[in-house]
This record gives sequence, C-alpha cells and structure tokens, in this order.
Amino acid sequence: MLGEILIRVAVGGAMVSGFALLGDVIKPKRFAGLFGAAPSVALASLLLAVKTQGRIYAAIEARSMVAGAIAFFVYAYSVYWVSIRYKTTALVATLSHIAIWVVVAFVIWLACLKG
Amino acid sequence: MNLKVKVNFSVLKETKWYEYGTRFLIGGGITAFAGIVAKKFGPTVGGLFLAFPAIFPASATLIENHEKEKKEKAFVDPGFRGQTAVALDAIGATMGALGLIVFAALTWLLLPAHETWAVLLGSTIAWFVVSVVIWRFAA
Repeated sequence: MLGEILIRVAVGGAMVSGFALLGDVIKPKRFAGLFGAAPSVALASLLLAVKTQGRIYAAIEARSMVAGAIAFFVYAYSVYWVSIRYKTTALVATLSHIAIWVVVAFVIWLACLKG
Repeated sequence: MNLKVKVNFSVLKETKWYEYGTRFLIGGGITAFAGIVAKKFGPTVGGLFLAFPAIFPASATLIENHEKEKKEKAFVDPGFRGQTAVALDAIGATMGALGLIVFAALTWLLLPAHETWAVLLGSTIAWFVVSVVIWRFAA
C-alpha cells in the first residue's frame, strides 16, 4: 500500500510539475492558463489504474472525470469572476472556491453517476 | 488581444526551488489521494478527483507573487496587476477545462477497446487541440 502511494506521489508529482513548467514558460498568460487545466493528475492516475486494476476500471474513473472536469470549468470561471470583480488575492480566490468544485462535482455524481 | 504564443525560459529563474517542490508534492499528493478515494469508495467517486484543480491554486499564487515582485523591483506600485494576471490565468483554465471534458469523455469511451498508450496519447492531443481552438476563437 505504502509502495503504491509513493509511486503515485512520484508519477503524479512529475506529471503535474511538467505541465506546470510548460505553463510557466509560455506567454501570453491567457494561453498559459490552459495548462492549469492539463490532464496531469488524470494521466498519472489512469496509467496506474490500468496497470493495477485494468482498463474497464480506468474507463469508469474517466467517466466520473467528465463530472470533475465540468466542475473544474465552473471553478475556474468563478475564480476569474471574483479576481476581476472583488480583486481578491490568488490564495483566497483559488482555495475558497474549491468548495464550488466539490459541490458541482458531487451534484453531477449524485444526479448521473451514483449507483 | 495578443495571439502570438511565445516561450520564455528566463521565467524559470524567477521560480524558487521550494515553489517547484510545492507543486511536485501537491500534484503527487492529489494523485495519491485520488487513488486512495478510488480504493475506499470505488472508481466512480475516485474518478471525480482526476479533474481536481490540484495545481491551479499554487500556480495562481506564484503568478501573483511574480507580478508583484516585478513591479516592486521597478519601483512601481503593483496595484491590482497580480489579480489581473490571476484572472487571465483563470480564464485560460476555463478553456483548458473544456478540453479536459473532451479528454475524459474520449478516454471513457475508447479505453475499454483500444491500447492504453494510444487512447491516453490521443486524448491528450485532443485536450490540447480543443483548448487551443477555443482559446483562438474566444480571442
């Protein structure tokens, strides 16, 4: 179990860092922002899921990921809106709105994916 | 609207070692967390976290700090420059998120019957193309 967690940390950390570096070096900012929603965690997790649980298991995870990605869209737009409207700091805007991601993702899960 | 995409490697020097480390640990931590959730509650719940905004808060804070530092070095009041930069990054992320929906849907539909590497590579290319096309037309 611990070994699997460490592999996940290493693979996930490397994927996320790679996409984040791309976002750092690319300009303009709006284009670089695309990499903030790169499938970095997904690639690492799906690769490991296929290896340990098989392709069907990973496909079920990907189906739920559609809900997570819709929630990400709502989350990112709400961060954009408060940053422009209320000029809140990045830390406050991005962390407080995680709750929006959680609510949207689980509402879609309850409505469409549960059971 | 600036549509010319440039690559500037000198930005990498502005990023401190602990900022790289933080992103590595957050990314790795979320990947591990998604795996633990999937094990405990099943893949339908765990899969939600494959699109968790893992790195966005750290990247946005980094962007805000760099914008402030740049202005302060030039003895200019940063004003709301940091927040504007974060807003631009966030609107870019909304476009990336639309690409992420396509990535997830393609992976879900194609993975059971095709080679893993081909599906993940194809879905990643689709994510990039969809995101860039939306970015280009939104401009």
